[in-house]
Amino acid sequence: MNSNNKIYFYPVWLRIWHGINALGIIILIITGISLQSGGESGFISFNLNIKIHNFAGAIVSFNYLIFLLGNLFTENSKFYIVKPRNFIKRPLKQAYYYAWGMFHGMKPPYPLSEKRKFNPLQKYFYLIVMYIAVPLVIFSGIGLMFPELIFDKIYNVSGVLITAVTHSAMGFFISIFLIIHLYVASIGKSPLENFKSIVNGWHHV
Amino acid sequence: MNLDQIKKKINPLKYIPMNNRLFIFLILYCASFSLKAQYYDDPENHQCLKCHSTQTYGFHNDLMDTDEKRLMNPYYILDTVALKSGVHSVFDCTDCHSYEYTTYPHASNLKLEPLATCLDCHGGDDAFATYQFEVIQEEFQKSVHYRVYGDNFTCAKCHSQHTYTTTARSSNSVLEIVDYSNKMCLSCHNDMKRYLLMSGRENPEIVDIHDWLPNQELHFQHVRCIECHTEVVDGLMVSHNIVGKDQAVKNCVECHSANSRLKASLYKYQNLQERAEDGSVLGVLSSENYVIGSHQIPVLKRISLIIFFATLGGIFIHAFFRFIKK
Repeated sequence: MNSNNKIYFYPVWLRIWHGINALGIIILIITGISLQSGGESGFISFNLNIKIHNFAGAIVSFNYLIFLLGNLFTENSKFYIVKPRNFIKRPLKQAYYYAWGMFHGMKPPYPLSEKRKFNPLQKYFYLIVMYIAVPLVIFSGIGLMFPELIFDKIYNVSGVLITAVTHSAMGFFISIFLIIHLYVASIGKSPLENFKSIVNGWHHV
Repeated sequence: MNLDQIKKKINPLKYIPMNNRLFIFLILYCASFSLKAQYYDDPENHQCLKCHSTQTYGFHNDLMDTDEKRLMNPYYILDTVALKSGVHSVFDCTDCHSYEYTTYPHASNLKLEPLATCLDCHGGDDAFATYQFEVIQEEFQKSVHYRVYGDNFTCAKCHSQHTYTTTARSSNSVLEIVDYSNKMCLSCHNDMKRYLLMSGRENPEIVDIHDWLPNQELHFQHVRCIECHTEVVDGLMVSHNIVGKDQAVKNCVECHSANSRLKASLYKYQNLQERAEDGSVLGVLSSENYVIGSHQIPVLKRISLIIFFATLGGIFIHAFFRFIKK
C-alpha cells in the first residue's frame, strides 16, 4: 500500500505484538533490575515484584509466539532476510551514515521502501535481539522458574549459575537494545515521526 | 656396652621379670579399653541404657519382691545411635553424671547435682583452641538468649551433650549443615513445651512471623536461622550472638549480592574447604554454594556498567551533533 509518500509498514497484528512487547519488556526491565539488586522499593514489595516479573515474562513469551507465527505466515519475514553479498560492508555503510554522513548532507544509503523496511544495521540488530537474545532470555527464564529442568552441571559448572547469568546478561543486552532502539527511532522526518508510525502503521518516506 | 646391655636395649620387655610383664600387660590391656571406650556399643546390656533407651523398663521391687515394668519418661529416653556418634561418645554416663545413678531407684537428691558445663572441660584447653570456646562464651553472653534468661540458658539448651556432632566442620553438604543447625533452633522454637519451659510463654509460629520472607520453605531448607539471626563475628566459625527479630537481617540484598553476608560464615568456610580440595578454575566455578543474586559477578557488573554508560554517552554525543547540525 502506498499513498502520498506513505507506506503501510506495520500491519495490525504487528502493532499489537509490538505494543504488548514494549510494555512487557519495560516492566520486565524495571522489575528485573529491582530483583537483581534485591532491595525493596517503597511501593512494591519484593514478592509482588517477583509476581509481576513472572507474569510479564509469561506474557512476553507468549507474545513472542505471535511474532514467530506472524513472521512465519505473513510476508513480514522477507524484511529479515540477510543477503550474503557485502555481508559486512552494508551495515558498516549504514553505521558510517549515522556517525558521519547524516551530518554532512549524505543521503541515507538504504532508503526505506516497500521492499526494505529495515536498513542493514537495523536488520542485523533485530535479528540478533529477536532470534538470539529474546529466545535465550525466555528459555533461561523458564529454567529459573522451574529449576528442576536445569541441568545440574554443564561441564562441572553449576547449571543454575549459568542459567541465571545468561538470563541477566541477555536481559541487560535487551535493555541496551531498547535504549538504542528508542534513540534511533527518534531519527526520522521529525523526532516523533517513527513513534507515530508504530501506532498508526503508516511510515513517511 | 656388653651383649646383655645391647639386648636389653633392643627388647627391654624381655628383660623384665615374668610377673611384672604380666602386670604391665594387664595395665596396657585395661588402658586400651578406656581408649576405645565404646560404652554404647551394646545398649541392651549397658547399665543405664538398658532402661534409658527403651519405652519401658523393668526392675525387681525388693520391698514387694516382685518384678515390675514401668513406662520410661519419654524425655529421658536416649537415642543410642546418636549417642554413639556424638562427640562425647568416649565418655560413659557416670563420667559426667553421679556414680550414684547406678542404683535404682535413683536417689532424689541426685536431681540437684551440678553438672559440668562446656567450659568446665573445654575452657582454656589448648586441645580445643580451634573451637574458641572462650570467644563463643563471650559472644553468647551478648545474645538475646543470655540477656533474657541468664545462666539458665545453658549451652545444652541448643547443643545436646549426649548427641552433639560437629556437623558444620565434618559434613561436606551445606544442606546437611543447614538442617542440623536449624534443628537446634527449632527444638525449642518449634516445640511448645520446650519453649514454654524456658520462656514461660507460648512460642510464636515460625511460619507466621516469617511470612514476609519470599520462598520461605526454600530459605528454611537452604539457609541457617543464624545466618540472619546473629551478629557475625569474623574469625568465629559460628556466631553465638543470637539476635532477636528487631536486629535480624531483613534486607534481601544482604545475602543476594556479590558481597554477600552469607559468604562471611558457612559459605565462606565451605568455599574455602572446597577450594582447598579443588582449586582449579572449574573447581571454583562448580561450587554448589549458589545464592540467587550472587551471580552479580563483579567483572560482568563492571563491563555492563561500562557498556551502559558508553551507550548513553554515544547517544548524548550523537544527539548533540544532530541538534547543532539542524
